[in-house]
Amino acid sequence: MDPQSSGSRLTRPIARLGHAVVFLLTALGRMRFTSLQLGEVLRQTYFVGVRSLIIIITCGFFVGLVLTLQTYDTLTRFGAGDAVSTVLSLSLFRELGPVLTAILFAGRAGTSMTAEIGLMKATEQLDALDLMAIDPMERIVQPRLLAGLIAVPVLTLIFNMTALLGGVVFGIFMMGIDSNVFWGNMQNSVELGRDFGGGMIKAVVFGFLASWLAVYYGWTCKPTGEGVALATTQTVIATAITVLLLDFVLTAMML
Amino acid sequence: MNIPDSSTTAVELRDVRMIRSGHRVLDGFNLSIPAGRVTAIMGPSGSGKTTVMKLISGQLKPTSGSVFIGDQEIPRLKRSELNRVRRDIGVLLQNGALLTDLTCFDNVALPLREHTRLPETLIRKIVLLKLQAVGLRGAAELYPQQLSGGMNRRVAMARALALDPELMLYDEPFAGLDPISLAAGGRLIQQINRVLGITSVVITHDVSEVSKFADLACIIAGGKVVGFGTPAELSSSDEPMIKQFMQGLPDGPVPFHYPAPALDADIMGPK
Repeated sequence: MDPQSSGSRLTRPIARLGHAVVFLLTALGRMRFTSLQLGEVLRQTYFVGVRSLIIIITCGFFVGLVLTLQTYDTLTRFGAGDAVSTVLSLSLFRELGPVLTAILFAGRAGTSMTAEIGLMKATEQLDALDLMAIDPMERIVQPRLLAGLIAVPVLTLIFNMTALLGGVVFGIFMMGIDSNVFWGNMQNSVELGRDFGGGMIKAVVFGFLASWLAVYYGWTCKPTGEGVALATTQTVIATAITVLLLDFVLTAMML
Repeated sequence: MNIPDSSTTAVELRDVRMIRSGHRVLDGFNLSIPAGRVTAIMGPSGSGKTTVMKLISGQLKPTSGSVFIGDQEIPRLKRSELNRVRRDIGVLLQNGALLTDLTCFDNVALPLREHTRLPETLIRKIVLLKLQAVGLRGAAELYPQQLSGGMNRRVAMARALALDPELMLYDEPFAGLDPISLAAGGRLIQQINRVLGITSVVITHDVSEVSKFADLACIIAGGKVVGFGTPAELSSSDEPMIKQFMQGLPDGPVPFHYPAPALDADIMGPK
């Protein structure tokens, strides 16, 4: 059954979700760990991780800058300008870091995964693998799933770091907040497990989700130019919506 | 129909019926492909040639009937069993379908690395020999996008031959080739078949080329085999369908037009 075309407007998304879950279970069920597979996972992690660095670093820095600017401006009205590092670090570690990284990852790496798999399908590369008795799930899907799982948490760390750097540039260098106060407040208010660890759990979940949706849409797209274009768009939209939705659920569970 | 004698049958399709998207592609289709020969499967566009190939390779399952390679019934095999059979089959797809993120060398080495435990030094030698056989050893370190479509297909042929298959399936290997590659391609198929002692099945509609490399040819029309024999026998056949196809006549039992309502009703009608 093709979940894209059958069923009503109400049942279609449900069928699609079921299809995506079956796809994921099939991919995980055929997981095999060989040295060849490990090499491919590393190669894919490089592609999706290292190539997302520029966007993650740039966005992280500016998010840090503007967040500090806005918070400092509001806090000084209440005479609490020194607390800016607390607000900055908590909002970054708990929410903005994992959420924005996952959405940026979907835009930069998720789309390229979807388009790549879609084009492989259109040019019969997936068929060719199948005919050589090489499982395309094992060779194409699994390394990309794992690559997202590894890359997003690391990218989140980098995003948080550069955003903090943005905060330091604005808070310490431009507004003249004492650096001891800035770092001291942050150390006092951030709990390693609850705040930082909670955020990293989110990053792992979002990373897996983003790469799952990217490979799923690529795998199931129509093997035409139009089909690949549609799948790429769907990847970004679906990842953004599910990440934000899941973020609320995860936050509610953690608090 | 004159079916030539052969000691063993490599591939057999028995009473195959195939319905795809409500359209009957094959119906009552019977074909026995003898081992050790080059057999061409010919037919007009849309006659189901590629469907026959996909049935043999196990990419499609027939609606009814059975497909055998040796004594294995392909549609009934489990995934792992099918994979075992596929290791002995080399398939050349229409556009080559090389993995674009690997060099030609790595593309040819892929099945060897996946399915054998040979040391890398030996794999290198095998890959270079396979590439030499298709005349592209010098292009080993190039990526598929740096080569022409015809060269891509030759690399794909080297890849299909990497594991020394017992059965080679070629899907339209001559489409869009220049005259030199065309002649070389036909010779290559014939040589590989003879030297390795394998069975080859070539899907093509290039009537003029078939006589140069194929031992046997089969013509499909209307979802059935309408002619089977040596290319010379088919060329001299008086059967209207075979004659129309072999001589490329526009009028005959095989319609040129896709089914449609009468032209005057369509054009002069109320719409």
